Amino acid sequence: MSVSVQSLVVAYRGRRGDVTAVDDVSFSLADGEIMGLAGESGSGKSTLGNALIYLDARMRAAGGKVTVDGTELPISDTRAMRPLRMTRVSLVPQYAMSALPPTRKIRKLITDLLKSHHVHDRAEVMTELRRRFALIGLKDDVLDKYPFELSGGMRQRVTIILSTLLNPSLLIADEVTSALDVSTQRAVGEMLLEFRDRGYVKSVIAITHDLAILAQIADSIAIMYAGRLAERASTEAIVNNPLHPYTQALIASLPAVGVRHDEVTLSGIPGRPPSLANPPSGCRFRTRCAFAFDKCTQTPPFEEIKPGHHVACWKVSAENAVTATAGHEQSAGLPLEEQV
Amino acid sequence: MTTVKLNEVSKLYAATSRAGGLTPALRKVSFELAPGEVISLIGESGSGKTTLGKVLLRLVQPTSGSVTFDGKNIASYSTKGLRDYYRQVQGVFQDPFSSYNPVYRADRVFDLVRSVYFKGVNDRDWSAKLEQSLDAVALNPADVLGRYPHQLSGGQQQRLLIARALLLDVKVLIADEIISMLDASTRVDVLNLLVNLKRQGLAILFITHDLSLGNYVSDRTVILRHGAIVEMGETVKIFGNPQHDYTKMLLSAVPELHKKWQHTPLGPVTVSANGYGANGHGANGQGANGQGAGGHEATGDGGAAEVAEDGAGTPVATALAHASLLDELTHAERVVKRDFRAVFGGNRAVASGRSQVAVALEPPALHEFEPGHLVAEPE
Repeated sequence: MSVSVQSLVVAYRGRRGDVTAVDDVSFSLADGEIMGLAGESGSGKSTLGNALIYLDARMRAAGGKVTVDGTELPISDTRAMRPLRMTRVSLVPQYAMSALPPTRKIRKLITDLLKSHHVHDRAEVMTELRRRFALIGLKDDVLDKYPFELSGGMRQRVTIILSTLLNPSLLIADEVTSALDVSTQRAVGEMLLEFRDRGYVKSVIAITHDLAILAQIADSIAIMYAGRLAERASTEAIVNNPLHPYTQALIASLPAVGVRHDEVTLSGIPGRPPSLANPPSGCRFRTRCAFAFDKCTQTPPFEEIKPGHHVACWKVSAENAVTATAGHEQSAGLPLEEQV
Repeated sequence: MTTVKLNEVSKLYAATSRAGGLTPALRKVSFELAPGEVISLIGESGSGKTTLGKVLLRLVQPTSGSVTFDGKNIASYSTKGLRDYYRQVQGVFQDPFSSYNPVYRADRVFDLVRSVYFKGVNDRDWSAKLEQSLDAVALNPADVLGRYPHQLSGGQQQRLLIARALLLDVKVLIADEIISMLDASTRVDVLNLLVNLKRQGLAILFITHDLSLGNYVSDRTVILRHGAIVEMGETVKIFGNPQHDYTKMLLSAVPELHKKWQHTPLGPVTVSANGYGANGHGANGQGANGQGAGGHEATGDGGAAEVAEDGAGTPVATALAHASLLDELTHAERVVKRDFRAVFGGNRAVASGRSQVAVALEPPALHEFEPGHLVAEPE
């Protein structure tokens, strides 16, 4: 396991006490795996991504352990994290399009970056940089431009190249395809795949609210709701056979290509995610869930229902237990219709 | 019948880059929007779709051509006429978070409408009217009135802005990317709201770059590229049987849940150690691949960069090549400096900015592929 996150808790300091934005989250990634992390705004997905690389002054890691390539990341110690950033863990920040400093030419930005990471053989890295530029069709003269001279898609690709220049083990790509056109989206998505295949990055956590993009690029998907993981499984299982009611509702709310309003009426999820300052007890989705029952007032465990398929839902685990005791093999796939 | 009609509307912007030049944001765009009809206007950034919305709202004056509403040219309106126009034609924009002043309560947008259009209305009638329009967008008055913008979700803010438009006697709604910033779970509610409004006779111009959303709500579709219509007609026909290469490329890039993109790995790339020096700073060799559609190989500068032969023509190369081509275009939306009265005639090409992408001012001719489905000649 190249990346493993165990019981991570991240809180924001607030005036009226801490707000726990990431609550007891555990998952692991294999080498070369692209994991999609999806959820609504405010679900804590960006906080989770940021916590793995930089805890700012407002954030506090209240527990948990993160291991990358067998060594533990000192996520609470920002000085100890410094040499590990870019080399072990790297981030493509949200709004990467405006993440580039406007007064620095791209070349200067890269030189600064290499200096601050004490890279001695700069010429070699620059050659590698040009190779990657050429690979994705960026011209060398981009180096001598200011960020505002580049288009949005160009800036996004430059940012990804910068973030992966020192071949990090883990890349956190936060909303890299949002705010881009469909064709640029595809180009950026395929660029991530290509970089993974070439070993420029070992594993990727792609954070987005767009499940359709994840279906294209991710090997597995984790669904986050109100600070907790709701479901985690292979992309195929999440898309075709989701078990958690929240995942099912999310998938159902996406208009497929070719669906029209006079044929199918799609429905959203009623209500809003709960406030994390004062989260409800038990399952956090229960107020919006059509299948909630009395047991949902207790917190459901995030357990492995099938090999590689984790779900936090009482309904799913109860039915799974019934099927298991009835003599079915636990790993046998449960049809969606019977599930909920 | 209140119809909005665009007659060969063109808009040129001055490019901001040092080399100057003109950016054609719209090139002789003509179509009609009838009551009870949803037209989705699809195009990428820089295709001119937002400019078109602004022209309809009279926020931007077209360089040539005209927009008529009810047979009357909207450029001819006086102050009072314009106020009446805005009573019937309203816009909602992409980013709800920046459509509000964070210092004031969100419902101030309603007060502003009242102070201009409903001065004589007493409080009781006003709150009844307000409730009715909030009801139409499925908002509970208690949830939203008196709140500050940061206390509302994106979906609520966006619906509040639609409710504001509905307070007026609105006939035409220009919806510019109104759901792209919303979460998937609230996005559908706003879409369904548009469908309901359409059934009540509202004409909606739904501007988007998301083809699946456009397909879900619209009756007709207009596809813009470089400011010109490349394909237009009934949504079912365009999505069922796209004819123009650009439409096909857009459709192939739409991420679908149940269908994976064909990802073909790129071939090896060799870069000489001193490649940069040999290559020079210049933008040499850009012109060669400037003209065509997305299918071109876009390695650009000859010399140092060499993509192996199996990299060419693959779907990856296509998507990336297309993205590079887009890079070359100066974005029209960023550029609002001053009008250039350009003479339209013949095929005079205008280079946009320093880049070599030349776009003829004359849009490609449209021909009828089948009834209710127009396709442009390849450009």
